[in-house]
Amino acid sequence: MNFCGLISKNSRSPVAVLPTRDRLAGLTGFVYFLISGLIAVSFASNPVLAKEAEPMASDAQVEARLVHIAEELRCLVCQNESLSSSRADLAEDLRAQVREQIVKGRTDQEIKDYLVERYGDFVLYRPAVKPMTWALWFGPFVCLLIGLGVLLFVINKRNKKIQSLQPATHATVVGAESNTNLTAPSQLSETAHPEHKE
Amino acid sequence: MKKFLIPLALFVVLVLFLAAGLKRDPHEIPSPLINRAAPEFSLQTLSGKSTFSPSDYKGRVWLLNVWATWCVSCREEHPVLVAFAKQIAVPIVGLSYKEIQPQDDPEKKLSPDAQLSLARSRGAVWLERHGNPYSLSVMDLDGRVGIDYGVYGVPETYIIDKEGVIRYKQIGPVTPQLLTNTLLPIIRGLENS
Repeated sequence: MNFCGLISKNSRSPVAVLPTRDRLAGLTGFVYFLISGLIAVSFASNPVLAKEAEPMASDAQVEARLVHIAEELRCLVCQNESLSSSRADLAEDLRAQVREQIVKGRTDQEIKDYLVERYGDFVLYRPAVKPMTWALWFGPFVCLLIGLGVLLFVINKRNKKIQSLQPATHATVVGAESNTNLTAPSQLSETAHPEHKE
Repeated sequence: MKKFLIPLALFVVLVLFLAAGLKRDPHEIPSPLINRAAPEFSLQTLSGKSTFSPSDYKGRVWLLNVWATWCVSCREEHPVLVAFAKQIAVPIVGLSYKEIQPQDDPEKKLSPDAQLSLARSRGAVWLERHGNPYSLSVMDLDGRVGIDYGVYGVPETYIIDKEGVIRYKQIGPVTPQLLTNTLLPIIRGLENS
């Protein structure tokens, strides 16, 4: 969690923090309280950063859903912040929009679609899987497969080279031919080592 | 030698990708609204005498320019727009975006009416001082219309065609070069179609 996210979580609203605090009993709760107090004080002394979060709606459920949705959305002004942690004015406005739509009973998907319609896929931290984003979603796995293929090819090639260099009378090496490529080198080294020691 | 050719080629490809990435401005997010109908709205004009809707300009090519008196880049852009408005018959509609900022009214004492009249007088004074390139300007006090248009940084300029479809979006100030090289050819093309 980044620093900004931490601050916003603490300063955002008692409403959003309350359920967590219930779970934290006794000393832990006290320490948590102290830390959030310290952060609040340190920010109060800084007039630039001390901009207070907007008051939240009274409904804790709406707020929980707002945080849940907004954490998956990117703020367009400060692009490395989520919509839930950004304190840009636009983020404030967009949160208000999301809140309003939650109250209206829209689903999470409908709310996200609403924002994508206006700001594009860019607002989603988790872009939808579609032809346009296939490279993004599957590219790494394709690269992994290519890498595995190259690895197997190289091992296989080296294996054959070693086999051609070694006397064919060695039982284990002959047996390795029918084995999988990956196990062959280890068997080879097992048999090769004692020979070297001698 | 041959052994190094493949990694070298891969390296060159990687460098080309990174070089292309360097030239892109991460703040310019492609708008999904291009080639879609301009979102409808009905807003009061700056003078308060009437309202305007995009459908009023159906059959004409027009520009929508998002501005505010607090916007620093708008000051840079404004003379360009003023000169442009004199040069061409295409109407420019100003969208006065969130003129009243939270810091203008920290205690939230202003009533909506008071906000509106403050925004009006401020906008009018500003246009008086810097020149008025707009055929009319509308008030988007709460930024709702801005959100519908995907505004995330002022100034922004949209080119809307005769059918009311957004054809181009400029994020950031319009410069003379941009105007002659990009905006004008698009506008001419749309006018002739």
